[in-house]
Amino acid sequence: MTANLPFLLSALVAVWATFMVVTRAVAIHALLYLVVALLALACVFDVLGAPFAAILEVIVYAGAIMVLFVFVVMMLNLGRPDSLRENTWIAPRIWIGPGLLAALLLAALADALVMAAPGGGRIAVIDTRQVGLALYGPYVLMVELASFLLLAGLVSAFRIGRHIRDEDAP
Amino acid sequence: MTPPPLVVIAATLVVLLGLATMLTWVERRLLGLWQDRYGPNRVGPGGLFQAVADGIKILFKQDWIPPFADRPVFVLAPAIGMMTVLLAFGVIPVTALWSIAGDLNVGLLFVFATMGLGVYSVVLAGWASNSKYALLGGMRAAAQMISYEVFMGLSTLGVVMTTGSFSLRDIVQAQAGLWFVIPQCLGFVVFLMAGIAETHRLPFDLPEGENELGAGFHTEYSGMKFGMFFLSEYAGIVLVSALVTTLYLGGWQGPVLPPALWFAAKTGALVCLFILLRAALPRPRYDQLMALGWKILLPLSLLNIVATGAVLLLRAPG
Amino acid sequence: MFGILRTLWLTFLHMGHRRVTVGYPETRPALPPRYRGRIILSRDPDGLERCVACNLCAVACPVDCISLQKAEQDGRWYPEYFRINFSRCIFCGFCEEACPTYAIQLTPDFEMSEYVRPNLVYEKEDLLISGTGKYPDYSFYRVSGVEIPGKDKGEAEREQPPVDVRSLLP
Ligand code: SF4
Ligand code: SF4
Repeated sequence: MTANLPFLLSALVAVWATFMVVTRAVAIHALLYLVVALLALACVFDVLGAPFAAILEVIVYAGAIMVLFVFVVMMLNLGRPDSLRENTWIAPRIWIGPGLLAALLLAALADALVMAAPGGGRIAVIDTRQVGLALYGPYVLMVELASFLLLAGLVSAFRIGRHIRDEDAP
Repeated sequence: MTPPPLVVIAATLVVLLGLATMLTWVERRLLGLWQDRYGPNRVGPGGLFQAVADGIKILFKQDWIPPFADRPVFVLAPAIGMMTVLLAFGVIPVTALWSIAGDLNVGLLFVFATMGLGVYSVVLAGWASNSKYALLGGMRAAAQMISYEVFMGLSTLGVVMTTGSFSLRDIVQAQAGLWFVIPQCLGFVVFLMAGIAETHRLPFDLPEGENELGAGFHTEYSGMKFGMFFLSEYAGIVLVSALVTTLYLGGWQGPVLPPALWFAAKTGALVCLFILLRAALPRPRYDQLMALGWKILLPLSLLNIVATGAVLLLRAPG
Repeated sequence: MFGILRTLWLTFLHMGHRRVTVGYPETRPALPPRYRGRIILSRDPDGLERCVACNLCAVACPVDCISLQKAEQDGRWYPEYFRINFSRCIFCGFCEEACPTYAIQLTPDFEMSEYVRPNLVYEKEDLLISGTGKYPDYSFYRVSGVEIPGKDKGEAEREQPPVDVRSLLP
């Protein structure tokens, strides 16, 4: 097996960070590990020859969405009492369902990996131009649908913002 | 012949940190000049070593971590700030042939990615300090930087569309005839404002807002950790200036003088502009800042994109 | 928008303006005679202490930094001790305003730094000067009706002799 050192390293980091996410007691620490995991994933993408996807991963997930998570957690100010309460939640009854589903997914993934492994071959770098051409060529319908979704989100956000202000006014 | 990467990294660190340190002195002298006073002029010729004196002072200060703070995150926050700013410098092309980390075909996006991560430094500092002023500062910073990052990205899209590449080197090369500041003047203005907000510099320094928040997110920081925030802010100014130079002012291009010098001159002028803004303008209220962003800058940058697209389509052959 | 640009331009023009501050230890600012600096106690033209220990300055002082004790000699009042704590004084000049005899005066001298805090407590010996300060001709006992050796009642300037209330004459 031709081991690729940067790939292995970032993959290890990703797995380890994800593990830490699940085990941290303080919410912010868990979120920080999640950020690290996302960054490691970005590295994996880059090593696999998709710099555009890697950068987007950093900008969108690590840079924007996770900041919002941190933001919300900051405002909620989760402290020790919450972690105590959380302990009572971690009962088999709660996690067994999601755990089973995740195991199923893992099995499917392992199967897919076994199927795909022998192909291997050289890594082709996919640059921004190709991504753009793909998006606006075969996948243009997807782009349109996604933009519909975003527009709906935009309108509803606007509506919510308006609503609060109207109530404040009188 | 290129020097080994470690040497390049070390040299970059020294040069950039030195630059940021000296900038504290430059800024105070310039502010003095524009406010009819002297500024620091005692240590060394013209006060040149004031920055060194400050550095020594800050190094020898008690490095205090509040007992109520979240230690690991508290220590991590300033380091993140410094790191992300320095990382972004890697892809800025100083001359046609040379940039610190070579040319990246997603260079511009890389810069945005590091800037996006830079938000963490401020937000985490605010959270880890576990004090209300710091937290308020951190939340302001999060909202401000995330929103302005959006306009920053959108405003550069015009440039990217005209060039057809995210590579900063290609962008500069595309400005051989005409600097983008003229066809992309809207984008230029939006980018400049968003840049100021990104580095949370005056007049957009609401995360720090001395008059209402103590010192904002770094209220609880002292010693070299505070120094790190300070230096990364100044390094951020240099970074944004360098970015504006590359994106809109033709980068290293210019007659007679060597390219690196042109680059340095343009960046320096922009840094001075930043300081002038600080000297002249009052700080807006927080809702004004947000309104400016979402109600003026966002439509402007969208307009810029649409207009650029239209022009490109009209010009396109066929 | 135009306003902002104009502000920027005007601030930029300040580059050519003369500086309003001076480099202090080398060039000294010109202080007007009524500048409110170090406090002194003056003497009247005859060389005697002006202060009559009336305590008005101590009452007027917003930070309570004056302390004195009255003593009496030949009908003249004078302070037994007079103490100003300059580490608390805010140089507001209220004491000077309150003083009925022009005894306490503020002078244009502000260079009174000390390495030890107690050194900032000035005693009467430190405060008393040998001159008359800002009011060269004024002498309280010469214009007031108080009886002192060498000046009986009614002998002060612009003072009429006392009325003999037991006489029937107008
Ligand atoms: S100047 Fe003001 S503060 Fe100082 S001693 Fe006089 S009254 Fe008090
Ligand atoms: S200095 Fe003036 S106000 Fe103060 S006790 Fe003496 S006479 Fe009275």
